[in-house]
Amino acid sequence: MADLSVRLGALALRNPVMPASGCFAIEYAEALDLGRLGALVVKSVSPQSRVGNPTPRVAETHGGMLNSIGIPSKGLSYYRERVLPPYVGFGTPVVVSISADTADDFAEAVAELSLPEVAAIEANISCPNLEADGMAFAMTAETTYRVVQAIRRRTAHPVWAKLTPNASQIAAVARAAEEAGADALVMGNTVLGMAIDIRSRKPKLGNVMGGLSGPAIKPIALRMVHQCYRAVRIPVIGCGGIASADDAIEFMLAGAAAVQVGTASFIDPGAMQKVIDGLDAYCTEQGVARLRELTGQVDIDHQLSDRWMRFAQLSG
Amino acid sequence: MVESHCGFQRNATHVASHRCTVTEHRAVNERYRYLRLAAAADLANATRPGQFYQLHCPPTGATPPFLLRPMSVYGTGPEPGTIEFLYNVTGVGTRALAGLPVGGQMDIVGPLGNTFGLRPSDRRILVVARGVGLATMAPLLRQAAAGGMAITAVMSARSPADLMRDEFLRGAVADVHVVHDSDGSSRVEAVERLLRRLLAERHHDAVYTCGSHRLLMALQTILADHPETRGEVAMEQRMACGMGVCLSCVRLFDIAGDRQFLRVCREGPVFPIREVVGEVEFG
Repeated sequence: MADLSVRLGALALRNPVMPASGCFAIEYAEALDLGRLGALVVKSVSPQSRVGNPTPRVAETHGGMLNSIGIPSKGLSYYRERVLPPYVGFGTPVVVSISADTADDFAEAVAELSLPEVAAIEANISCPNLEADGMAFAMTAETTYRVVQAIRRRTAHPVWAKLTPNASQIAAVARAAEEAGADALVMGNTVLGMAIDIRSRKPKLGNVMGGLSGPAIKPIALRMVHQCYRAVRIPVIGCGGIASADDAIEFMLAGAAAVQVGTASFIDPGAMQKVIDGLDAYCTEQGVARLRELTGQVDIDHQLSDRWMRFAQLSG
Repeated sequence: MVESHCGFQRNATHVASHRCTVTEHRAVNERYRYLRLAAAADLANATRPGQFYQLHCPPTGATPPFLLRPMSVYGTGPEPGTIEFLYNVTGVGTRALAGLPVGGQMDIVGPLGNTFGLRPSDRRILVVARGVGLATMAPLLRQAAAGGMAITAVMSARSPADLMRDEFLRGAVADVHVVHDSDGSSRVEAVERLLRRLLAERHHDAVYTCGSHRLLMALQTILADHPETRGEVAMEQRMACGMGVCLSCVRLFDIAGDRQFLRVCREGPVFPIREVVGEVEFG
């Protein structure tokens, strides 16, 4: 058995595989041994009570799906009393994911959920910032810095900043999160998309637009994980279209210290266990003693373009 | 049936992905198809009436299905691994499914969802089925017949050719009333008159329905005059995970004045008819 353990700052995980927030709930205990996952990331909670978006909330696309669930939430006290307790006691670190409309709300919610049974807090800063006309916090370096700094001041818990692939200057956003005190980055989240039923001419989602996930977005997420890895010193957790151990390895080679599995669990509720088993098999097959040593080991030839130019000059 | 455990409603002791072999696959009529699968696991004993599985439809054509397709169970057994589905070809997933050859393989995930609340003390039940809704209720009829209960059945179909009386009853004895679109007898007002008459003539312990929103709403109205009769509906909704995780398949219910969204895949698909809040144009 290979050593699959990884470290995310001060936090040690038995293996790098955890669910992506929003794609995981206690109901998976029917299909998985939650005591074997690297961490348990609970669905985002928001301080304000929300009913979520109108149905249909999900639509199929080529190699993926669109969703506009809208983060239904019954608030923080309901979450503390009713949602969180079932996740504690599996011997697996519990990560709370928080979504909020303003930096102050974020900071307050993080402070309230900095509980002893919580191992880390994932700040879903991909959600709309009401102070910036609904634009997600993580769309710019400035708003990322402001919200992560506000959160950092209110908690001693490890803080993971969940970034959005919809941002264009991802390295700058990643650096801003690091400078503001994030302990790790989660890269990324769904990609904003849309689908239309050509017969009814209606959008396929009740909310018109939604987030694209699944294998269709994997190359985008992988590229952005690599960009983040090059931009910061804190660990990067890869997320986006991971459905197999091969996908997870690819993300680790690109720079991820751990991975989150989302949509794949909808296709096979046992997907995360299969990823873990596959990582072990890969290590055995490849003679990798410690899985964590793969992080960032993509073999890039930095002199390639120079060599190509010299080679090309030999051509007519 | 449903037990509260580990902080969530447990509908099955274990949910898993099962690799199945197609042992029979044929057209029932122009609209519906019958599919029989064999799995290594004992699905017959794990599956209860009203529950569903998520089907991994085979990838075919230019737009291969990505999400699994929820499909209620039409029957199980007699072999432990045997499971049956009856479906209508309506979209990308079911079209792909229709091309699955006998001897081919398909993965299914389940069992999922809750079950009908049939009580051993029930003496007579009324079932109101339309379209593919009859596939969902066929296991309930089997259970009721095995329990020695009397069955009144109202079957609604577009035309006599679409009616699957034998497929629905599968040998169970029932007082069957058939209505069709082709002769106008399936209009909601006509069916409502029929249902009122049937419920007035004889006491029914429970009414079950599936397959028509309009019939569901009519039954909700009618049941207001029969407080002693329970009513249950098996509902449908577009879903992704099928296990209560993604929250995409919610519908609105009114439980003793408390309005709340419940997940069709987890708290359902079977719900009390009286608690459904009628909705239009919400997928």
